[in-house]
Amino acid sequence: MFRRHGDQCVARFAADEVAVLRQVASEVIGLLSENFDRDDPVVERLFPDAYADDVEQAADFRRYTEGDLKTAKIDQAAAVLAALPSSGGAVVRLDAEAAEAWLRALNDVRLALGIRLAVRDDTDLLEELDEAVMRDPTSARVRQLTMYEYLGVLQESLLDSIASGAL
Amino acid sequence: MTAPQVAPEQTPDVEEVPAADRPWVTVVHNDPVNLMSYVIWVFQKLFGYSRDKAEKLMLDVHHKGRAIVSSGAREKMEYDASRLHAYGLWATVSRD
Repeated sequence: MFRRHGDQCVARFAADEVAVLRQVASEVIGLLSENFDRDDPVVERLFPDAYADDVEQAADFRRYTEGDLKTAKIDQAAAVLAALPSSGGAVVRLDAEAAEAWLRALNDVRLALGIRLAVRDDTDLLEELDEAVMRDPTSARVRQLTMYEYLGVLQESLLDSIASGAL
Repeated sequence: MTAPQVAPEQTPDVEEVPAADRPWVTVVHNDPVNLMSYVIWVFQKLFGYSRDKAEKLMLDVHHKGRAIVSSGAREKMEYDASRLHAYGLWATVSRD
């Protein structure tokens, strides 16, 4: 979890945490580059229609903004990868700019996971996790729910450490 | 007794503002993933709102499903929506 240390947000990650963060950041980059699919619900959520009732205006808006938005989202996911070793644990120190990139990137990966897991307002994550573990503790769903929960706590800790400084 | 005869088209309707005069607005919609603290932080960061105002807007989004977070010229609203999208919030542009 992140803590404030002078001008920086600092976190110590174990090897398995590094692996998870690398995996989810890489997946988002893949989703936004070679695997980009406008009909993917995750893409729909990351690139929402700006005009709810006007297809033409929504398409115009997308034409002007989608390229920059895609680049920004790829860059912030890349900032996560750039701060992590390819394997093993690590202490990560983020300056103001990198901390913001991480914050937005963590939000993107949580949005993506949230769509895949069909998270709703009334979803009780711990209950979902209990049920999934009972069905099959080694399932992909158990792993994804655990990651989703972990990433939420991590994002909150980063937000707290950004807000606690004069960044 | 009969009601006075008034032609319908002469009935003044002070509530009706022509569409062209209504301002454009940026609307943020509720979603189940974004952390409340994050949404407050984004509103403060992008719009310079006080903590109280940002928190009230976040609660409106959460409880009412949506809230108007800015209003003004259409181009500015599109700019605001694009910035909100960059932070992962679900934002749309419409007339108030």
